[in-house]
Amino acid sequence: MAPGITRFEVEAPRIARRARPGQFAIVRVDEEGERVPLTIAERHPARGTIAIVFQAVGYSTRQMAGMQIGDSLADVLGPLGRPTEIKRYGRVVCVAGGLGIAFMYPEIVGFAEAGNEIIAILGARSEELLFYLDEIRALSAESHVCTDDGSAGRHGLVTDVLRELLEKSEHYDYCIATGPLPMMKATVALTKQWNLPTLVSLDPIMVDGTGMCGACRVTVGGEVKFACVDGPDFDGHLVDFDELAKRKRAFAAEEDRCRLQEAADKLEAERTAGGAEA
Amino acid sequence: MSDATARKGRKAPRTPLPHRPPRERACDFGEVALGFDLQMALAEAKRCLQCKRPSCVPGCPVGIDIPGFIKAVEEKRFGDAVRILKDRNNLPGICGRVCPQETQCEQACVVGKRSEPVAIGALERFVADWERANVQFRLQREPDPSAPKVAVIGSGPGGLTAAADLARYGYRVTVFESLHAPGGVLRYGIPEFRLPRDILDREVEYVKNLGVEIETDVLVGKTVTLPELMQEEGFEAVFIATGAGLPWFLHIPGENLAGVYSANEFLTRVNLMRAHRFPEYRTPIRVGKQTVVIGGGNTAMDAARSALRLGSDVTIIYRRTRAELPARAEEVENALEEGVKLEELVIPLEMLGDGQGHVRAIRCQRSRLGEPDASGRRRPVPIEGSEFEIEADTVIIAVSASPNPLLVKTEPRLQTREDGRLVVNPETGETTMQGVFAGGDIANDAGTVIAAMGDAKRAAKAIREYLERRGPDKTGSARIGPCAER
Repeated sequence: MAPGITRFEVEAPRIARRARPGQFAIVRVDEEGERVPLTIAERHPARGTIAIVFQAVGYSTRQMAGMQIGDSLADVLGPLGRPTEIKRYGRVVCVAGGLGIAFMYPEIVGFAEAGNEIIAILGARSEELLFYLDEIRALSAESHVCTDDGSAGRHGLVTDVLRELLEKSEHYDYCIATGPLPMMKATVALTKQWNLPTLVSLDPIMVDGTGMCGACRVTVGGEVKFACVDGPDFDGHLVDFDELAKRKRAFAAEEDRCRLQEAADKLEAERTAGGAEA
Repeated sequence: MSDATARKGRKAPRTPLPHRPPRERACDFGEVALGFDLQMALAEAKRCLQCKRPSCVPGCPVGIDIPGFIKAVEEKRFGDAVRILKDRNNLPGICGRVCPQETQCEQACVVGKRSEPVAIGALERFVADWERANVQFRLQREPDPSAPKVAVIGSGPGGLTAAADLARYGYRVTVFESLHAPGGVLRYGIPEFRLPRDILDREVEYVKNLGVEIETDVLVGKTVTLPELMQEEGFEAVFIATGAGLPWFLHIPGENLAGVYSANEFLTRVNLMRAHRFPEYRTPIRVGKQTVVIGGGNTAMDAARSALRLGSDVTIIYRRTRAELPARAEEVENALEEGVKLEELVIPLEMLGDGQGHVRAIRCQRSRLGEPDASGRRRPVPIEGSEFEIEADTVIIAVSASPNPLLVKTEPRLQTREDGRLVVNPETGETTMQGVFAGGDIANDAGTVIAAMGDAKRAAKAIREYLERRGPDKTGSARIGPCAER
């Protein structure tokens, strides 16, 4: 789909039938695999498939990126989480950064179908990391693209674009923000000033995804919520992003260890291959 | 055997269940309690008085013919012993290990009135282990393709038991499990040093061999709804056994610091996801130098002993005293022997962070025991001015759990009580929705494997009666008679 970003179409008829925008699936690559929560970006009930889009950032997602068409995942569970509450708000500004675009695409489909006017603001590090662009443009009244390096659209951040639009005293009825935590936090800080209700979709650490472990707890409006069953959508103005950011780093050392292990395995493989040639 | 030796056997003291030495077992996840060998089993079987009207059998929630199977052991008819056990209990290898026999069959044992009761649990385990070593399972029957379909939701002890009984009655049974492996709490909750995975796998295999189909990765209420199962997929009855999977937190400040786990999360990472074998298994777990476990039930003991095995010093803090601990005495003893420390009369007030979002310590308060509360246990009363800190870089909260509301919330026809449990007829497990039955922790608060299994057996029988009453006219499928066992 883009460098480091992969789209999988997975056969899962029951999930395809029931999934709604905002919901996610948990996948496991193999018997040793983690349970990885991923947004359901598309559903194709007639074909009995769903599409998941992921970025190869951790061990499991890198392993997934190496799979071939026709391979099987060990497990796919879903649809999980509460569907986004889709209503006719009027003018809806959709702010998505990076992989957040995968989450935003079905939201835009849903909100457009409900008769909303969509204003899309899509950002990525560079042009090649943008995806679903044509699909989103086709559904939007207005779309703005920006990149960190200026390789496509405007040079800057999605929040820069949003600030400009808001300062031009454009009127919006609703905002949806999806993407990396700092981006959502900055977006929410901005929309708070304009009293613009803002929905965010959170992706904390999860294990089971069914409300059983509480790893995904987040503080929303002073209350503890489980993102897997109470979310993943929440009122962005109420989310404690700083706490969430700290909780997401709980296993950073273990992720590093995995990365080191991979590097060591690769070196070992190269050494063995080299030895065989000699 | 002469009468004299028989009498001597009966007067012998209870045969202790051998355990691996604490120092050895605290370093790995291998099984702690070793089973009886043949001599031990025979000696212990002799202690049974073979009462004409046994008091142990009513003490067993699934009604095993206890004197019958013990007699078979005594006479070395082990195949018969297996058959007698399995006539009432589909999961003897599991129950022989995790049942609290001391409050059930063994508590009622007549021998126990004068001396120590017969070690019924250890004998059950011996028979199950004998079967494992000597008998290979075969697919016992393919279900009749015209038989009514029954759905079982949840593959824990209740779900597996109901599924096995329903399959024996001749129904086509599908068990839906939300996780990727069957077993429910037996898989994600109980550690392998108490219940080895091969024992669990084998007993699940046994249930499958009765013709039960198990579908993993299906969260009923999300992947498929109850009405869809009943109207579109043709299930004529449903048994809900979704357990008590919702962890409680304390709702004190600092609880969301990194390093603070619910016991469910901690145990699921280890037991289900095999995080203790990270990075071979990809799910990480972080255990610090000093782990504090909050709570006093079996789950707290399991979490504490797991953290110990992952290399941490472990202290359990409990707001009452050792005498009030709800955990099985045997598990408390095992934990303390292995080096887990117990701090009695301590109430946690707040988790303190290290400034980077990770837990560093718990601020606590001392308590004393006051008047008995509704549960009959003496209430912990905080002592003012007794605040202190306990260092902890890992905290595991094991205070309680309640039913997961996920499925129940999707179906307005299912009525619940205030505590979130389903309203059921206690005799039959019938819920307020027609054709839907429930048992185990989703319906009752007994909280033990065997109580869930007892519920499941009663419900399976009630489901058979319901389906027979309903007859073939509703579905066109053949009426199922009281199908012969085996």
